[in-house]
Amino acid sequence: MLKLVGVGGGQNWACSVAGTGPRGEEEAAFEVSRPGDQREAGRRGPGWGCAEIPSSAPEAEMLRAGAAGSPRGGQGVGEVGESAGEGEERPARHPPAPALRLLSRKQRGGSEERKTSEHDLQGGRLSRSPRAAPPALGMGDRGAQPERPAAHSPGAAAGTGVAAVNGLLHNGFHQPPIQQQLFCRQGSASGGDAAPPRPLLLPELQPPPLLPQHDSPAKKCRLRRRMDSGKKNRPPFPWFGMDIGGTLVKLVYFEPKDITAEEEQEEVENLKSIRKYLTSNTAYGKTGIRDVHLELKNLTMCGRKGNLHFIRFPTCAMHRFIQMGSEKNFSSLHTTLCATGGGAFKFEEDFRMIADLQLHKLDELDCLIQGLLYVDSVGFNGKPECYYFENPTNPELCQKKPYCLDNPYPMLLVNMGSGVSILAVYSKDNYKRVTGTSLGGGTFLGLCCLLTGCETFEEALEMAAKGDSTNVDKLVKDIYGGDYERFGLQGSAVASSFGNMMSKEKRDSISKEDLARATLVTITNNIGSIARMCALNEKIDRVVFVGNFLRINMVSMKLLAYAMDFWSKGQLKALFLEHEGYFGAVGALLELFKMTDEQ
Amino acid sequence: MALFLCGSLTKLAYYSTVQHKVAKVRSFDHSGKDTEPDHEPPYEISVQEEVTARLHFIKFENTYIEACLDFIKDHLVNTETKVIQATGGGAYKFKDLIEEKLQLKVDKEDVMTCLIKGCNFVLKNIPHEAFMYQKDSNPEFRFQTNHPNIFPYLLVNIGSGVSIVKVETEDRFEWVGGSSIGGGTFWGLGALLTKTKKFDELLHLASKGQHANVDMLVQDIYGGAHQTLGLSGNLIASSFGKSATADREFSKEDMAKSLLHMISNDIGQLACLYATLHGLDRVYFGGFFIRGHPVTMRTITYSINFFSKGEVQALFLRHEGYLGAIGAFLKGAEQDNPNQYSWGENYAGSSGLMSTAPELCLAQRTRSGTFDLLEMDRLERPLVSLPLLQDPSSYVPDTVDLTDDALARKYWLTCFEEALDGVVKRAVASQPESVDAVERAEKFRQKYWSKLQTLRQQPFAYGTLTVRSLLDTREHCLNEFSFPDPYSKVKQQENGLALKCFQSVTRSLDALGWEERQLALVKGLLAGNVFDWGAKAVSDVLESDPRFGFEEAKRKLQERPWLVDSYSEWLQRLKGPPHKCALIFADNSGIDIILGVFPFVRELLFRGTEVILACNSGPALNDVTYGESLIVAERIAAMDPIVHSALQEEKLLLVQTGSSSPCLDLSRLDQGLAVLVRERGADLVVIEGMGRAVHTNYHAALRCESLKLAVVKNAWLAERLGGRLFSVIFKYEVPAQ
Repeated sequence: MLKLVGVGGGQNWACSVAGTGPRGEEEAAFEVSRPGDQREAGRRGPGWGCAEIPSSAPEAEMLRAGAAGSPRGGQGVGEVGESAGEGEERPARHPPAPALRLLSRKQRGGSEERKTSEHDLQGGRLSRSPRAAPPALGMGDRGAQPERPAAHSPGAAAGTGVAAVNGLLHNGFHQPPIQQQLFCRQGSASGGDAAPPRPLLLPELQPPPLLPQHDSPAKKCRLRRRMDSGKKNRPPFPWFGMDIGGTLVKLVYFEPKDITAEEEQEEVENLKSIRKYLTSNTAYGKTGIRDVHLELKNLTMCGRKGNLHFIRFPTCAMHRFIQMGSEKNFSSLHTTLCATGGGAFKFEEDFRMIADLQLHKLDELDCLIQGLLYVDSVGFNGKPECYYFENPTNPELCQKKPYCLDNPYPMLLVNMGSGVSILAVYSKDNYKRVTGTSLGGGTFLGLCCLLTGCETFEEALEMAAKGDSTNVDKLVKDIYGGDYERFGLQGSAVASSFGNMMSKEKRDSISKEDLARATLVTITNNIGSIARMCALNEKIDRVVFVGNFLRINMVSMKLLAYAMDFWSKGQLKALFLEHEGYFGAVGALLELFKMTDEQ
Repeated sequence: MALFLCGSLTKLAYYSTVQHKVAKVRSFDHSGKDTEPDHEPPYEISVQEEVTARLHFIKFENTYIEACLDFIKDHLVNTETKVIQATGGGAYKFKDLIEEKLQLKVDKEDVMTCLIKGCNFVLKNIPHEAFMYQKDSNPEFRFQTNHPNIFPYLLVNIGSGVSIVKVETEDRFEWVGGSSIGGGTFWGLGALLTKTKKFDELLHLASKGQHANVDMLVQDIYGGAHQTLGLSGNLIASSFGKSATADREFSKEDMAKSLLHMISNDIGQLACLYATLHGLDRVYFGGFFIRGHPVTMRTITYSINFFSKGEVQALFLRHEGYLGAIGAFLKGAEQDNPNQYSWGENYAGSSGLMSTAPELCLAQRTRSGTFDLLEMDRLERPLVSLPLLQDPSSYVPDTVDLTDDALARKYWLTCFEEALDGVVKRAVASQPESVDAVERAEKFRQKYWSKLQTLRQQPFAYGTLTVRSLLDTREHCLNEFSFPDPYSKVKQQENGLALKCFQSVTRSLDALGWEERQLALVKGLLAGNVFDWGAKAVSDVLESDPRFGFEEAKRKLQERPWLVDSYSEWLQRLKGPPHKCALIFADNSGIDIILGVFPFVRELLFRGTEVILACNSGPALNDVTYGESLIVAERIAAMDPIVHSALQEEKLLLVQTGSSSPCLDLSRLDQGLAVLVRERGADLVVIEGMGRAVHTNYHAALRCESLKLAVVKNAWLAERLGGRLFSVIFKYEVPAQ
């Protein structure tokens, strides 16, 4: 309960706060970044008009505790969404609790939950794209206290966004407007006037209340948490999300663009240098690369406006990265780093020992899904994130088209990294891992390196683009002289991948390009085939392909689009996303906000 | 004639008529019985040539295609064959060569149709055709008993590519999917990676490699944390994931192993997905990728278990390599409708399943690769399951699985080896007028001896090894060398002797009170059963003292209580209403059938029970054959009014079992017998003799009352059962309600 109370205050920072007074906001965040200094920071915020909170009427205090402490109160804390009854293989670890649940908090059934989530998502859509419309000011349940002064009211429309912050905080979506009902109810329950609540200033901008000296220890504790949340609810900069895969490390970095001069002045030197280093370069060391074209600009995250950068480097460079973290004294800025992927476990010890950094390890599939949903919800700098190929079976007419993923469930999510994981996603916190295959991007590159002597993915793909796999593969017509009519197989279908390589003469005359192409086609078609079977078994007709195997890999995308369409006779649709390999890292970043919130 | 030509091997299937000698019995034409002199045999034996149909399957390496065609040409003499059925990828390639060389038109048949026809055929006709492969267990093969309904199933054929076919009925099947990652991928990619040309060599490399050097495992990504996360660290996260680097060299062995895992896992996964989609749990794997290669069977089995979480079984076939040829042949012979017949594997003419030890198997394969055989004999009459079996799908005829039971296997193989001299002697003696009998008997000895040695090395070579299969193999080998019935003369003599005693035996039985008589009848049955040339202990006595009599046999019997003794229950039952109809499976000729079985039959008839007396269709040891039983019954009818009228009124019916084995497989019985059993409403089954009631059917559950009786004439077996030599088994069973 206490936890919930604390969280209740904290949720607000995630809302879109385009119009909020920047100064206070920055400062709060800034101060929090200095460990052990929070109390001071809070007190130092004069003129925010919130010092009255601790002295607010006891009944108001109780109200808050009560409201927030209800099972679904305030917002979803981790455990809220962890429904035991879902029976899925992999229940989401920290599914966000949609605010809507506030209304149905006594019905925690599995099906109820699922439905709720969808509603929630749709709700999120209604208020998404903060760039398009002036964002609503987020308010926590504190907004229910009419006596609280509205000193820094940014003038945003009241009502809509009050609890939406929850959603954005936890899943990247705004809350549905229905939240207002709750708001009103709370208002009347408090015994106060039934007038619509006034917009309030962001809680994180509020100075922490003074600790009453006479309260019971429990109450003290409660107050303390509330107070802390007021300070901690935004994680200190820098904001990173990291996904350490088998081959690549994916790093997302949020660069705040709304830094005030004052803030800039106070910004510690190494934080500044990290920001400058990352944003002014597009390549780091020999192998680190920033995918500039993927940068999400003018994004509002956790109450701050800025750009989200997408960086990758090979996992084998991880130790150098950790070393750098140690040299740059990264640990002085940040005590934890949100990381997912297998490497979060593998390198945890190294991070702690070498760089004095505590990794916050996160489940990779949770992160993948939350990251994907979030990025899709904010769009790709005004363009859609999701796309498909029109006329996939006709090479002449085949072209990329935007796809609206507003209502994405159920979807089969095929994550193609070094290996492949296939998930059936029914809602944002209800999914299961259907299967996986070890024939993935790592196999393509590994085999290409062995067969052609190439060294990089780019090199392999470049060769593949020039090659012809039909010299390598045995086609149906190579065996049967034409179509295999008995089974309706076209003569041009591949009967045996690498089948022609059984012959020595053909082995001796084959080009590296052809081999690279055949490897790519073999791996891609196999993934397509397994994905298609899973879609059939799970009765899902949308298949979303993500993962870095698809990076700069138009051949595979078109093959997958073709395969889904052709073999299902048009029943299945292959979908793709612009930020193909970065969703895990984005999900990890989102967890950073949530984690801070939960502290 | 049909050919199956695939990438590297040609499988030839042809149909031949085989002439072989059979012993026939015929009654003398007696004008008056009382003129019959004492020494005259009761009937005459003649050896005749009989023509039976046999299917031959031969495997050639494609490099020997010319030799193969020569072979065919030689066998085409005097036949009217104008068309040859050919299937497989090679049919396309070799069409011209075949047509030119053989002057025959090549009919290309659809590969999958042929494979499936062949698969249905072997599943239906060859016992223990399908098996599971279990790594690290001894034996590695676990054979499946033939399911009465083989459909539906999934056939995953792994040739160059993979075809997945759902088979629903004899004629209905559907290509449900496939994959281009198959044997050709292993071979082609493997050849590129390792510069190793041959498929077998690649497999050999793979069996020595460490895939973890090339594959990225879960533990490579997660470090040691996989344990706490409940992940298996050894799972492959990314095949060849470690080879994406220029600064490391990888060994051929490791790459081959990684490739093998990659392909096997992929195929297993797809097979599971298709099995799930179509709700099937029986998946048969075939194609050259599998073909008896323990390495691939192991990885496929592992993959299926992993992906299906144990719900789908990977099954392999002993004669997988012949499916296409069998199917092509069946297709060509459709006008004859081979499916209407039952077929039996001729153990004498078939080479067995290969061993799994990689070293051993490579050597063997190079030897047998060019020439591998399977022969199937067409049986005169179709075989079906006994309608009285409680559960035909779970019925296992054999009591002891010698593939499983190493101790028993050792004993029985030795036992059969030791008895071989006697069998050879007996075979020679049975044909005194033949000039080459000694020579043929010697060939028989060599052949059977080598089979026994093969079985010592590879107990699984012909499916589950049992006492029955050892006995059957011996019979097949004897037939192969024209010893159709080595015991015919012995049987003739014994029958003559026993017939002379029949009346005195029945008279003394009739003089007894009811209760005494019942026990005496049962004892007679058991005593008669001591006369069994199959058991060494008895044949010793009989050879040294041919007058060894019925009474002496009775004295040898164990006193009650017997080793297994439910006689009291049986007696109690006899006090109740008579059975409607009894089905009796007879054992030996002579004293057994005449002085043991017939008096018992007579009592049943007297009670008002109809009797179906079932004897073997063909000879096996000194077992009474159907032909002999007809003569014996005729002779007894002449002496006994009860038997006489029963035969007249068809209350006593003589039928053949359809078998020529000293054992009894109740799932493969003559259709006529099954029809009769159903028509007459048989409610009692009597199974007599060690071969039929102990080696087989000891645990068989029937839907009606049954009596299994035998005298244990083998000291080792007696001891195993907890008794002594000549212990008595009297097992009266009533099915649970």
